[in-house]
Amino acid sequence: MKYVEEFRDSAKARALVKEIERLVAVIGPNGRPIHIMEVCGGHTHSIFRYGLEGMLPKSIELVHGPGCPVCVLPMGRVDDCVSIAQDEGVIFTTFGDAMRVPGSTKSLLQAKADGADVRMVYSPLDALAVARKNPDRQVVFFGLGFETTMPSTALTILQAEREGVENFSVFCNHITIVPTIKAILDSPDLRIDGFLGPGHVSMVIGTAPYAFISSFYKKPMVVAGFEPLDILQSIWMLLKQIAEGRCEIENQYARIVPDQGNDAALNAVNRVYELREFFEWRGLGSIDRSGVRLRKEYARFDAERKFDLPNVRIADPKSCQCGEVLKGVIKPWQCKVFGSACTPETPLGALMVSSEGACAAYYQYGGLKQSQAAE
Amino acid sequence: MNSLPPMVKPARALGKLFVRSVTLAHGGGGKAMKDLIDDVFIRAFDGRGLPLEDQARIELADIAARGDRLAFTTDSFVVDPLVFPGGDIGKLAVCGTVNDLAVGGARPLYLSCAAIIEEGLAIDELREIANSMSATAREAGVKIITGDTKVVQRGCCDKLFLTTTGVGVIHAGTRLGVDRAQAGDVVLVNGMLGDHGAAILCARGDMMLEAPIVSDCACLHGLIEALLDAAPGIRFIRDATRGGAATVLNEIAEASGVAIEIDEDATPIRAEVKAFCEILGLDPLYLANEGKLIVVAPAAQADDAVAAMRAHALGRSACRIGQVTGDDGGRVTMRTTLGGRRIVDMLVGEQFPRIC
Ligand code: SF4
Repeated sequence: MKYVEEFRDSAKARALVKEIERLVAVIGPNGRPIHIMEVCGGHTHSIFRYGLEGMLPKSIELVHGPGCPVCVLPMGRVDDCVSIAQDEGVIFTTFGDAMRVPGSTKSLLQAKADGADVRMVYSPLDALAVARKNPDRQVVFFGLGFETTMPSTALTILQAEREGVENFSVFCNHITIVPTIKAILDSPDLRIDGFLGPGHVSMVIGTAPYAFISSFYKKPMVVAGFEPLDILQSIWMLLKQIAEGRCEIENQYARIVPDQGNDAALNAVNRVYELREFFEWRGLGSIDRSGVRLRKEYARFDAERKFDLPNVRIADPKSCQCGEVLKGVIKPWQCKVFGSACTPETPLGALMVSSEGACAAYYQYGGLKQSQAAE
Repeated sequence: MNSLPPMVKPARALGKLFVRSVTLAHGGGGKAMKDLIDDVFIRAFDGRGLPLEDQARIELADIAARGDRLAFTTDSFVVDPLVFPGGDIGKLAVCGTVNDLAVGGARPLYLSCAAIIEEGLAIDELREIANSMSATAREAGVKIITGDTKVVQRGCCDKLFLTTTGVGVIHAGTRLGVDRAQAGDVVLVNGMLGDHGAAILCARGDMMLEAPIVSDCACLHGLIEALLDAAPGIRFIRDATRGGAATVLNEIAEASGVAIEIDEDATPIRAEVKAFCEILGLDPLYLANEGKLIVVAPAAQADDAVAAMRAHALGRSACRIGQVTGDDGGRVTMRTTLGGRRIVDMLVGEQFPRIC
């Protein structure tokens, strides 16, 4: 853990917070707080886990963006999962935190309780192993996540092809980050002053694809690591840009993120997937070219072609304000149903489901800054 | 005249199970069942020679001489896998119930054990588990004096479920309660948190992760006795099993109407367990323990309590992890390594590993 402890040093953290306070003073009051969006759910998690929000000056507001792939999954896709899982001949494999996401009638967890063979796995390769062990059943893997998890699903499909595994397929819900950030930047009620870029995604795609954010939209971004000091340092770097009137794409996570991305991973991704025309996001609506599906060459590994899916579009419940929270227009606790109709036990919106969802994080880790502000 | 053949009945010898695995016949109430009970359980529990009846009988005078209240508890054990680094379901079933008695200040005396067995379980595995129960009970100075065996069809349970019920006696003068924590009290633990939960997750093998983590499964009544001798003012003790330390702290805060603040840097968690949790996105504060206590002690006795625990083999890394503060009733918070503060709430449902 030596390598890790270095990024959790409280003296360094205090020094960084001091520097952040100094920069906030330099930037000066402009009538509203400085809004920084962390695009990635992993960052949201670390921010709550280490209580970072409460350490920052009151005039910095962190906006928890759309970077939890579980949180942005539309209800209709969950219904499709449940429908596949309820097929008698199927073993449905999924990451753990996708089990609780509500569909229109039930979640995968409920489907499992009702008798569907739903199994939690830790990687798509585990799912492939299940397929090898159960040649007489169809094994479906719930492919989910941004560019972070996209390559491992692609590599697993390539592996299944090499081995000639016939009973394995992927229900592909992988999404891609760039159009998502673009959709946020295009939203009329945008209030973001800068972005913390998603570290894990960038490990795969590099930093170059973000260039439009600074060149076209004139917003700064710092690609950030996940340790608490990484996050504080990245916030400091963003503020420095704002204070100096710059807007660039900087890479705080250079120890992991190569500016050019990871060739091997990108090759696998390009070989296996193609962009969909559009993909539906929970809370954000349809975003053009924001999701991928398997190419025709891999059709036999594509659960969407293998199974008859209900494929129904289901509107988010009216009372649910996930979209506004995702865009940073309101804070989770300002949603009308936060903590009343919508709780982690009975989530109405997906942001309440995954531990990376902004609403669940507020509900569970508690927004100390929020409650302090209210005191 | 027809005469019956003479009764030739050999003396009942133990050890006459010739099959390899448990079948439904072993639950049928007939000879096969008696053989299973004799050969596996009675043999392990040192019950040979005792007449087997439907109930164990305990002398009241004996109980009354030891204390002024009877403590009575029951718990079921359903762990997968049955055998894991540091223990097995049998050891767990004895330790769990012994600890449930001991944390109330009771001296554990007798246990019952009910086994629900899935057909197909290997007799040798069952025997190993029964032997482990027996050894653990012997070490803990408790007797397993009654029990029950059922066999269910394949698929109706997961290999083996055990239920243990325990009886103990509380010494006059001992008063512990979850509602007794007061502002100024100190929160202590007897060692590293999260070992059991992490060991079980690793042992299941579906994580593709191997870590040298061993369950902390142990009977804690000896440690608790030493603790109560050294610090008789202790307000509350609870073993932090399912739901982990975070859940116990929340129960104390709620029942006592106090706030508790723990210090992340002071909370002892093994580096391996920390790393394991990092990888899977789990929080070690919510991982199960089977040999760890959360203790609330008045500040004046905290040092004595820590010293008494450290003097015991099961409390070598005992330490303070936080204190009871007056304000903010019912809330548990943590001072993080970085100097931030976060809320440590009750967990909703199960902890699921995060996707990325
Ligand atoms: S409280 Fe529920 S409905 Fe409202 S934004 Fe959060 S998750 Fe969505």
